[in-house]
Amino acid sequence: MQNHVLDYMWETVKRVPDKIAFSNGTDSLTFREVEEHTRKIGSFLHKKNIYKEPVIIFMNKHPKMITAFFGTIMGGNYYVPIDAEMPEVRIKLILENVKPRLMICDEASVSAASKFSFDGEVILYDDLLNTEIDEDALTNIHDLAIDTDPIYIVFTSGSTGIPKGVVACHRSVIDYIEQLTDVLRIDEDTVFGNQTPLYVDACLKELYPTLKFGATTYLIPKELFMFPVKLVSFLNEHKINTVCWVVSALVMISAFGAFKTAVPKFLRLVAFGSEAFPIKQFKIWREVLPDARFINLYGPTEGTGMCCHYEVDRTFEEGDVIPIGRPFKNTEILLLSEKGERVKEGEVGEICIRGTSLTLGYYNNPEKTAECFVQNPLNHFYPELIYKTGDLGRLNKRGELEFVSRKDYQIKHMGHRIELGEIEANVNLMDEVKMSGCIYDDARGRIVLYYVGDITEKDMALSLKEKLPRYMVPNSINRLEKMLLTDNGKLDRNGLKKLYREGK
Amino acid sequence: MYEELMDILQELHPEVDYETTDNLIDGKIFDSFDIVTIISEVNARLDITISAEYITPANFNSSKALLALLEKLDED
Repeated sequence: MQNHVLDYMWETVKRVPDKIAFSNGTDSLTFREVEEHTRKIGSFLHKKNIYKEPVIIFMNKHPKMITAFFGTIMGGNYYVPIDAEMPEVRIKLILENVKPRLMICDEASVSAASKFSFDGEVILYDDLLNTEIDEDALTNIHDLAIDTDPIYIVFTSGSTGIPKGVVACHRSVIDYIEQLTDVLRIDEDTVFGNQTPLYVDACLKELYPTLKFGATTYLIPKELFMFPVKLVSFLNEHKINTVCWVVSALVMISAFGAFKTAVPKFLRLVAFGSEAFPIKQFKIWREVLPDARFINLYGPTEGTGMCCHYEVDRTFEEGDVIPIGRPFKNTEILLLSEKGERVKEGEVGEICIRGTSLTLGYYNNPEKTAECFVQNPLNHFYPELIYKTGDLGRLNKRGELEFVSRKDYQIKHMGHRIELGEIEANVNLMDEVKMSGCIYDDARGRIVLYYVGDITEKDMALSLKEKLPRYMVPNSINRLEKMLLTDNGKLDRNGLKKLYREGK
Repeated sequence: MYEELMDILQELHPEVDYETTDNLIDGKIFDSFDIVTIISEVNARLDITISAEYITPANFNSSKALLALLEKLDED
């Protein structure tokens, strides 16, 4: 039985050594090169005596960032990707949580890294390639690996203002990749066009299936997602036939009318997720690509990527909801009531995940882990964890799962998972601020901030840009004389929503 | 139109001097969030649709280029 994610690589390298595995359109790595880099980095970490430890990968999106991940695993460690565009404050919080001894950088990120208060060693990726491969050490590390050992930590928004690091192991990733590639029908001819950043779990969909099948992944340069016609040209130029994108990236193409100028000629599979697909836009896609398969994917980072899938098999009209469908094989979805009982047919319950796909929990954060990874309330007989997603769902008449809403103040904005509480916590930390409240305008996709305090809206915007990732900075910032409170003295979000609808 | 456009741009990046900056794209000041926001705000506030063929780096590199585009589209 496979118990190591990199076991996807060895057969593939023998079969298609000179095929391109990962490329950004300019720089590429073949499978042979991927293996070589992986072994060199693994050997380097061994030489440094870094084993079963977190290794920070601080690089710009590039094929080498992927081999930095694999090399970290090869050395028996787990990778923690951070991005050059994350604000310093957030990176600081991540470093404090993880306490790494080593950071791998590229030429472009190394100067930024010197600004962090980081007392570990910073090393350039290209320097690692001078390492001689130590086959014996690598074999030994590989033989000692256990499939419940962690392979990565990715960070997600936390409502208290501190990001949470989700830790995943070989086992859950292997389970996910097996089920996902079965549903998507990935094979050696698959050419992925990756959209999601490499510091989120979403990129698992391309990274490991590429290794498993000897497929090819193009990392699409982020700038292209500003220019729909250029983006479609990129897809055609590289004969990309498979995309797993957030809905907002797909909508960007259809809503701006790019199909009038350019049509993706090779796309045969469009997997989408993270948000509801507006039906009007979905219809445009279907019309342009009548022969392509469209698959809705749903799942939280804590469940190692995706856990439910629905292949669109019928027509949807405006106002309809595209279901999230059924769980992958080897995963069960429980819909539970507040009391921890199964809800009745058709009733709304919290979506809870049961199975091997559960990640290990939040790194260095037992309290948060205990809140969401809990004993299955339906099982009183032996220890068994489920993950409570905080998402509410129900089964439709066809037995398909539908997403209804969130239990709390987590939102999905441009494909990113955001806790409104994290934005508020950062605002409230400013000395000038007395109180703040955030709401989300679903219809227009805008984060709206209200605050009370002695700071101008402009200075607030500037300050938040330093503290929060770009996608979390509110689209509208409004200063109030007095905060709206409920009778209990709590923040009145409904009141703020009303204020917003009334135009301020 | 000029004032409306400036309002939209200022809200996005209060720190930018739009009168002098001519590398909004090349200088990586704008990202995809900004482009999407500009297009939807221009549509909502000025009732001008910027279709895909006009969404190019050159048209978004400076406020001047963007204003020229809007004026052209408004005439059509």
